[in-house]
Amino acid sequence: MFSLLRSLWEVFKHAFHPRVTIQYPEQKPYLAPRYRGRIILTRDPDGGERCVACNLCAVACPVDCIALQATEDEHGRRYPEFFRINFSRCIFCGFCEEACPTYAIQLTPDFEMAEYNRQNLVYEKKDLLIDGPGKYPDYNFWRVAGVAIGGKEKGQAENEAAPVDLHSLLP
Amino acid sequence: MATIYIENEPRQADSNQNLLHVLLSLGYDLPYFCWHPALGSVGACRQCAVKQFRNEQDTAGKIVIACMTPAADGTRVSIKDPEAAEFRAAVIQGLMQNHPHDCPVCDEGGECHLQDMTVMTGHCSRHYRFTKRTFRNQYLGPLLNHEMNRCIQCQRCVRFYRDYAGGHDLNAFRLRDTVYFGRFEDGVLENEFSGNLAEVCPTGVFTDATLKRHYTRKWDLQMAPSVCVHCAAGCNISVGERYGTLRRVVNRYNHAVNGYFLCDRGRFGYEFVNSDQRIRECLLGGEPTELTRAMFRLGTLLRDGNCIGIGSPRASLESNFALRQLVGPDHFYAGVADEEWSVTLAALEVLKHGPAPSPSLDEIEHCDAVLVLGEDVTNVLPLMALRLRQSVRQQPVRKATDLHIPLWLDHAVRELVQDERGPLFIASPSVTRLDDVATEVLRAAPSGLARLGFAVAHALDPDAPAAPDLSSEVEAVAGRIAAALRSARSPLVISGTSCGSRELVEAAAQVAWALCKTGKPARLSFCFPECNSAGLALMRPRPLSAAFQAMQRGSADTVIILENDLYRRGSVAEVSTLLDTARHVVVLDHLKNRTTGKAELVLPAGAFAETDGTLVNNELRAQRFFQAFPPQGEVRASWHWLSNSLIPELPAGTCSWRTLDDIVSAIANEMPDLAPIEHAAPSRKELGKVAREPNRYSGRTSILANISVHEPKPPEDLDSALAFSMESGPQPPPSALIPFFWSPGWNSIQSVNKFQGEVGGPLRGGDPGVRLIDQKAEIAWQYFSATPPAFQPNSDEWLLLPHFHIFGSEELSRQAPAISELVPRAYVGLNATDAALLGVKSGELIKVTIGDSVHELEASLRTDVPRGVALLPAGIPPVDNLSLPARGRLSPLRAAVYGFAK
Amino acid sequence: MMSLYPLLIIAVVLFVILNLAAGLIWVERRLLALWQDRYGPNRVGPFGLGQVLADSVKLFTKEDWIPPFADRAVFVLAPGIIVATALLSFAVVPFAPGFVVADLNIGLLFLLAMSSLGVYSVVLAGWASNNKYSLLGGIRASAQMLSYEVFMGLSLLGVVILAGSFRLTDIVEAQRKVWFVIPQFAGFVLFLIAGVAETRRLPFDLAEAESELIAGFHSEYSGMKFGMFFVGEYIGVTLISAAIALLYFGGWLGPILPSALWFAIKTLAFICLFILLRAGLPRPRFDQLMLWGWKYLLPLSLLNLLVTGAVVLALS
Repeated sequence: MFSLLRSLWEVFKHAFHPRVTIQYPEQKPYLAPRYRGRIILTRDPDGGERCVACNLCAVACPVDCIALQATEDEHGRRYPEFFRINFSRCIFCGFCEEACPTYAIQLTPDFEMAEYNRQNLVYEKKDLLIDGPGKYPDYNFWRVAGVAIGGKEKGQAENEAAPVDLHSLLP
Repeated sequence: MATIYIENEPRQADSNQNLLHVLLSLGYDLPYFCWHPALGSVGACRQCAVKQFRNEQDTAGKIVIACMTPAADGTRVSIKDPEAAEFRAAVIQGLMQNHPHDCPVCDEGGECHLQDMTVMTGHCSRHYRFTKRTFRNQYLGPLLNHEMNRCIQCQRCVRFYRDYAGGHDLNAFRLRDTVYFGRFEDGVLENEFSGNLAEVCPTGVFTDATLKRHYTRKWDLQMAPSVCVHCAAGCNISVGERYGTLRRVVNRYNHAVNGYFLCDRGRFGYEFVNSDQRIRECLLGGEPTELTRAMFRLGTLLRDGNCIGIGSPRASLESNFALRQLVGPDHFYAGVADEEWSVTLAALEVLKHGPAPSPSLDEIEHCDAVLVLGEDVTNVLPLMALRLRQSVRQQPVRKATDLHIPLWLDHAVRELVQDERGPLFIASPSVTRLDDVATEVLRAAPSGLARLGFAVAHALDPDAPAAPDLSSEVEAVAGRIAAALRSARSPLVISGTSCGSRELVEAAAQVAWALCKTGKPARLSFCFPECNSAGLALMRPRPLSAAFQAMQRGSADTVIILENDLYRRGSVAEVSTLLDTARHVVVLDHLKNRTTGKAELVLPAGAFAETDGTLVNNELRAQRFFQAFPPQGEVRASWHWLSNSLIPELPAGTCSWRTLDDIVSAIANEMPDLAPIEHAAPSRKELGKVAREPNRYSGRTSILANISVHEPKPPEDLDSALAFSMESGPQPPPSALIPFFWSPGWNSIQSVNKFQGEVGGPLRGGDPGVRLIDQKAEIAWQYFSATPPAFQPNSDEWLLLPHFHIFGSEELSRQAPAISELVPRAYVGLNATDAALLGVKSGELIKVTIGDSVHELEASLRTDVPRGVALLPAGIPPVDNLSLPARGRLSPLRAAVYGFAK
Repeated sequence: MMSLYPLLIIAVVLFVILNLAAGLIWVERRLLALWQDRYGPNRVGPFGLGQVLADSVKLFTKEDWIPPFADRAVFVLAPGIIVATALLSFAVVPFAPGFVVADLNIGLLFLLAMSSLGVYSVVLAGWASNNKYSLLGGIRASAQMLSYEVFMGLSLLGVVILAGSFRLTDIVEAQRKVWFVIPQFAGFVLFLIAGVAETRRLPFDLAEAESELIAGFHSEYSGMKFGMFFVGEYIGVTLISAAIALLYFGGWLGPILPSALWFAIKTLAFICLFILLRAGLPRPRFDQLMLWGWKYLLPLSLLNLLVTGAVVLALS
């Protein structure tokens, strides 16, 4: 009985507490850099597209709102031929960002993406790809990967020995 | 059986097997790399370590390699033992030391055995601080990619390629951690089974190059159980689709048919389904038209005209049956050349009314003496050749049993056997790809081969008629063959339709029957030319020439052609006459060809991955294939087109099927020979749903969002229990309906372990498919009495034989871009002595005249071809319209080409 | 003139009560927000007052939908009953001396009768909706009303004994010396609890119980029919608050300010208390509710009546 009265009193005291609501359109909230808002595709420090179309974001997505198709340039560098996010389905859980092995897909502190027409919420690669590295300025997947791409031969990646010469008789 | 104790639990196990085999069969998870159920154990990777205990009191135990330890009675092992687990994690840490950081861009990712096993051991981060060794890759042809950095040196690739498939151009080079698996130099892998490396390799060293061009992860594929349509073996495959195009084909294990492997034609020939030559709309007079107009036209033609139908050996039983019912059995004609037709029928008669049963491919592997008459099996029925390669080991490996060496101990058995081989006799007009393992080869024209067969039969059983006037050389060969077959436990005779010779089929039957008469369980197998040749023949259509005559007599004015390019079936003149005389030509097909070009009405038929149906393979096993995806455009199964739901004004009761189950039961009711096909796969109503998509299928709400953000309902499948979604019933699918192999923790195709009763044995619930003919105990039969006369070379009339090529001879796979790169140029192959008489050198042009068709082809000089015989590539343009064998003239063209210059 | 005066009173009472009910929606949302450190509706009009108007426009213009499986007649009737009974109760409430629609000599009994008729609305709504959750809500409501009705009446009898009358004006006048809340404190607490239960307000909104029963008896209601339940609930809250003010806090009695204002202030204070209860207390389980009602509150109210009677008897 006393606890009931006490909780009533505690609640009543809140009448004199400051309010936590932020008056949104007039007053902009502070959003942390790791806030999970609009999804972007970033580029590596060399300006190349980071996404290697590995499909891990798509498979991690709980609402299956990411679809893409992998393709390769003539030197073996893989990239998405198309990359589509249906934001009308997206729940901004950030699993895609967690799954991404190349830091390509990132969530940003921008949530103001409401549309009157749902169709406009379907973002293609041109809508997603930005011109910078986003939150991770230094990482370049291709520098640690074992496959050769244009400008990086076998053995030239980080932590790699020169390729074995098959025709050498030395052990 | 033996009792072994696993974690102190007694379990029943096969004592002839090794521990790994037994543990996997019992459903335990134990990582492994170098072991493969079809290849046996070599103990190269040390990954499957377990703790073995001497007895109940022994608590220390010792670590043993499961794949190298027999599952002897009373064996006590522990998988969970912390020391063993630590050992396995350490092994994988070593294997991963040089493995590149490639998974996101690796085609194997998501179905990688190495990934699965690494997760299984718990290894998660690399402690080795030094550099990774690297390799340069090789170009291995249009079918396979090579990414050597990823290799973990398990040796499976060379063991499969060299020891199992008999290839020579892949090997291991260098030593210790720089062992390199590749060719001596860049180049196309020569073996016809190289594609299996993509599945045999536990990681991404060898990957499917055709998949890479439209790469899709396994979890993103919508898959369906299917049957390969590129030859008569009927290998079970699993086809995968994404974004409306067929992405790849992988093996679907069927113990009785293809086992773990596929040929390259079957694996890489699928891309014709995506061809830009596909017909996707109804065409009326060459112009696209609406469905209703097209069907109204067809209805009018059927009502007003006298229709005949021409079936197809590459269309399903259902489609052929639909056409047969539509035009009436008397107006249904076989869509194959008459020669092939009569040989196929003869082969069926022999199988049906003779004492020798036709073996499954698995049984072929276990036959210990084989006679091949007139077939280049590798190029006609490739998987049978792979099985024959194993059959020659049957007799030598018995030595191992005598020495108490278990058969799974692969290296020891191979060391013991060395190059010793059991009897395999190949008698054919030209060199075959199996000659390297043959005991003896004999080259002769088809009639000569038939005479050899009759001679062998006579040698086995004097009651069988002898072939007169045999040379002593052939007589001696026949004697040796007869002796080998007689002393075998399970002899096999193989022939087929390749030589277009009825006598050859009879000769093969004669040999098998003579063996049967002497009490041997002899078997008889025939190579049929196409995926449903046998099925079409069982429908008893009338021969194609009768169709030509009917049209010329004027007793028919409309012809409906089912999935068939008639120009491949008869001479240009005959076919053109037929198509020109017919007032109306209706064609159902999937690719544009010369026949569809002449048609008034073309209906877009679905390819194998887009439809459901049943095919009969060379064993006479009916197997069902299922639709993987709803096709784009108006494409639908031919038997859907030919039903009264689409064609207006058909008499009631004609062609009144709606679903696959309807038409299958209609076939079973109508044709007693085909009645068992009802049991080829469970019908739709017998089952709940089976998902075509893995439960990690991605992009469901985004794939079509560019067209409309409002997602459509997934299409409903009225024909099978398979669903175009991730939804599945609680029970595992029946073996005939397994769309893909996957099990928790086992993402690679090695997960098939979890679907087999015993590893390497039949699938749980029995192997898919149903045999149409089962041998009756008592059959009255008699020997063929007519032996053919000997072949006489004639310089005015050459015998032109078809020469089959795995890449090119088959109509559909030739349209696949990767395969088309490997198709040889047309040539005429003839004996060097003959060529000298003609005055032709290698590479020069020869004019080939058959009837009224003339071709100029490059001469290819050979030593194997008998005199008076010339080889033409089967099915390869420009000579794909010749019905071979044929008689024709060869004349040198040099005068015309080089005349003035010299 | 004399015949017009009661009509005027009726008009004024109707106008005030109905507007108050609508306004209470805004008051409740703002107060709840205040106690939860939020703002509540503050976008439509000054202080968000326009929200009331916007909500009513929305409710009035919504599709008037009746589920095909519902019992049509009863379904439509049910929301009417709750509003009608609650409004009828106000007929006997004296807002100020002489300002009462009907000063019945059994005013208190009439009040009790009307407020218990309100349960029909809930039960019928739950029944007519033909939906298991609605029915459960209706059944809960009837059981709850039945249990709490009993000691609600008993708890008031102390006041009646002290005032010697059922007429509400008499009861107010009897408090000139001391508000009945002092001699009848136990009765006041019991009546407050019963009043909350009677109006099915939190923490006793088990008939609605959105976390278990979707929206209980009015799950199937929408548009203005749902609005009627809403309005009925707020009128009920006002009524119980007014009753508390009348019976225990001296009604319109008070210094300086006009008597009607005193009455309004007292009523409003109890309305705020109702809202505070909602903001502060969790909902009990249904079995707990019944247990308290029958095992503790009913004996307590009987005891209260006994003691009051004894004391009055002794003093007289």
